Amino acid sequence: MGNSLLWIPLLPLLGALINLTIGKRLGRTAVHFIAIAVVAASFFVVLSQVLGPLRDAFAAHLAGDTQGVLELKEVVYTWMEIGRFKIELALRLDTLSAVMTLIITFVGTLIHIYSTGYMAHEPRYAAYFGYLNLFMASMLILVLGANVPVMFIGWEGVGLCSFLLIGFWFENESYANAGRKAFVVNRIGDFAFLLGMFLLYLATKDLGLAQSLDFADLRSAGAVTAYQQTWWGGENLATAAGILLFIGACGKSAQIPLYVWLPDAMAGPTPVSALIHAATMVTAGIYMICRLSWLFAASPVALMVVSTIGMATALAAAFMAFAQTDLKKVLAYSTVSQLGFMFVAAGTGNWVAAIFHVGTHAFFKAGLFLGAGSVMHAMSGSGDIMTMGGLRKRLPITHLCFVIYCLAIAGFPLTSGFFSKDEILAGAWAAHLEGWPAWYGKMLWGGLTLAALGTAFYMWRLYFLVFAGKCRADEETKAHIHESPASMTGPLLVLAALSLFAGFIGLPHLHALEDIPGIFHGISSWLDPAVKAGVVGHNSDGTTYALLAIASGVGLLGIFLAWRMYGKGPSPAAEKFANGAGARAYDLSKNKLYVDEFYEATIVRPFRALARGTFEIVDRFVIDLVAVTGVGVIAKGAGAGVRWLQNGQVQRYLLAVVVGGAAMFFIATRHDRPTFSYHAEGEFLVLQAEPGNGLAEVGNVYRWDTNSDGVVDVESPSPRLVVRPGDVSADITMWIVAPSTGSTHKVTRTVRQPAAEGAKPVGMLGGE
Amino acid sequence: MGYGHFLVLSALLFCIGIAGVLFRRNALIVLMSVELMLNAGNIAMLAFSRMHADTSGQTFALMVIAVAAAEVAVGLAIVVAVFRGRRDVNIDHLNAMRN
Repeated sequence: MGNSLLWIPLLPLLGALINLTIGKRLGRTAVHFIAIAVVAASFFVVLSQVLGPLRDAFAAHLAGDTQGVLELKEVVYTWMEIGRFKIELALRLDTLSAVMTLIITFVGTLIHIYSTGYMAHEPRYAAYFGYLNLFMASMLILVLGANVPVMFIGWEGVGLCSFLLIGFWFENESYANAGRKAFVVNRIGDFAFLLGMFLLYLATKDLGLAQSLDFADLRSAGAVTAYQQTWWGGENLATAAGILLFIGACGKSAQIPLYVWLPDAMAGPTPVSALIHAATMVTAGIYMICRLSWLFAASPVALMVVSTIGMATALAAAFMAFAQTDLKKVLAYSTVSQLGFMFVAAGTGNWVAAIFHVGTHAFFKAGLFLGAGSVMHAMSGSGDIMTMGGLRKRLPITHLCFVIYCLAIAGFPLTSGFFSKDEILAGAWAAHLEGWPAWYGKMLWGGLTLAALGTAFYMWRLYFLVFAGKCRADEETKAHIHESPASMTGPLLVLAALSLFAGFIGLPHLHALEDIPGIFHGISSWLDPAVKAGVVGHNSDGTTYALLAIASGVGLLGIFLAWRMYGKGPSPAAEKFANGAGARAYDLSKNKLYVDEFYEATIVRPFRALARGTFEIVDRFVIDLVAVTGVGVIAKGAGAGVRWLQNGQVQRYLLAVVVGGAAMFFIATRHDRPTFSYHAEGEFLVLQAEPGNGLAEVGNVYRWDTNSDGVVDVESPSPRLVVRPGDVSADITMWIVAPSTGSTHKVTRTVRQPAAEGAKPVGMLGGE
Repeated sequence: MGYGHFLVLSALLFCIGIAGVLFRRNALIVLMSVELMLNAGNIAMLAFSRMHADTSGQTFALMVIAVAAAEVAVGLAIVVAVFRGRRDVNIDHLNAMRN
């Protein structure tokens, strides 16, 4: 098979390596030449593979050759091998990854070219292009990875690159924070992704399957059976793994509740936004779910979660876009919303539509962002749409392209967005998965239609505010307004052409259209071998026409409403609505539903308090004070004490001797107090006096009181006394009379009476 | 008077002697304090000698007196020598043992 697949991610990686290490010394021309060349080369490698071996395999597949494998796989080396479990560093190009790879490298190349114009005045030029290349490499690894762990490498890689690029202008603290936010939010998702991956491992482990996380093995019949094992909570394993992986996808693809990083990500340079929103990062989640379509198809619950979250996100993000006044923020929310559409497609088993929309969206969203960059370039960097307006004549090319993108995203008939969005809507309408209520698909359709109406409205609101009416900028900015250089308008035109016509590869299946060439609805048959088919339902021709009509009507209605309210810039009517009848909704939209504030209060602040507390207690107190300073103080104190003793004067040394001697005497006498011990010997109890050194002399007299009546019972010169346990009470008193000093010592002990074998207590015990 | 009284007297004298050796600065007083301690020991020995009805304690006391006399002779000679050299018998200043 050769090793050409490896070159696809390797080329951008090499570019990144060069630009990040010696890029500073190369000069700008060399830097962007290398960066663009490696990505373009990567694109051509992909193209040669797709048009060559892959298309041949596909043709054979269509001709009915089921033996041939419809994929190119390349094993670079075995990453790890543990028992029967094996992970290879392997790449795979099949029809699904081919589509993604083409989009990534093609749109990526355009964005690279555009960047040379947009970032022309950037001091850290080489670093920027290095990161951009690294981003491409990570995304290509993600897409081409033949198994889950390799995908995870790319998954983490794009997370890192988004952090680097969103926070590219880290001198501005809020920009740096945006980068950090993207990274942290993504880490949350990544953690769930990892857990999902472990569950997949578990699924394949017990069933004697080929133990690997290779996608081909994960879609084998055995693996699909394994997904049905019941899991914690009684659901099958596919549900648990699917939902966990979907949380990971939520992080990357900015779905509720992890979407908050994406609008903030606008802090990065505009081409970066285009790259993230069109070709790389955010499509990762959709791609991963389509890649694992077998897993998700095994669980209607997981699909329901995916599609519901998708719909909720599409609606919420569309709503939040209404009142935004920052050019890029509107686009950011529109991406979140469009991604919601894609997740509904994935969640209704309509994988083809999801990937189709990824593709068309990549074209018009990249175009929108690059167009926005062009506008901001003209407006001296400002992105506030309230200060724009009337740019139609001054930026003719940008304007033309922008109109096309806005038509496409609004779903204007026969543009690319129209077909892909309709495919999703139709799929939702037809969805009646096993275990789903019958109305569920219809509800998804309704929600999405509403979101589509919102999309058309806010996108055209944006368009009118920027390009129509009179220019509201100040005089100084006005004087600077100029069309962007060819390096920027060129990519815009290419993307505009694609936004117009790319939709035709996904014409809906209609009986009337059977005879047209295969290219016009090639996407579904092309993707068919790579994704699980047969989940999605089909509509009749009549329904399809009706849905098409509704979709176009909704799009046109949205455009019409936007024209009514903003056709000539901010109108008094719109103003009145925002302040009067719709004030509350407007406020909610403007403040993004207060989700960030909600997170701030419920998660961020408690977490910060926890971190603060841990810092104060563990770091400042335990480590700084006790461990570090404390040890120092002890050593210092000990040193001071010893120094005081060792002052070279005999008296001081003598003092030590005296104190030590006194201490020894004290300890010795403590251990030398008179006492007695006792133990059982046969049926007798033996009491043994231990007078201690001071009193141990010949001629001592020992007196015993064994029944605690205060009267001496026995008096003997022997320290040993044998009694019957029955004659003894709990307290025994002993006197030692030392003849030499004439002193008498008294010891009273409480005896825990040992029960001698066979001996019976005879009364005398306490009060019994 | 029992033996205990003698022993307490001996202990008191010994403690006074120790205090003197440890805390006085004048070398002569320190020497006197050492004598005090030796005599405290003598008293204890005599008391025990009587207690055990044994004369070896008294014999030891005599030897202690002899040794003490010798020690004072040597000690005084040293003190005089030091005084000649330094015009000072404050033992705080005699810290040549340092380092």
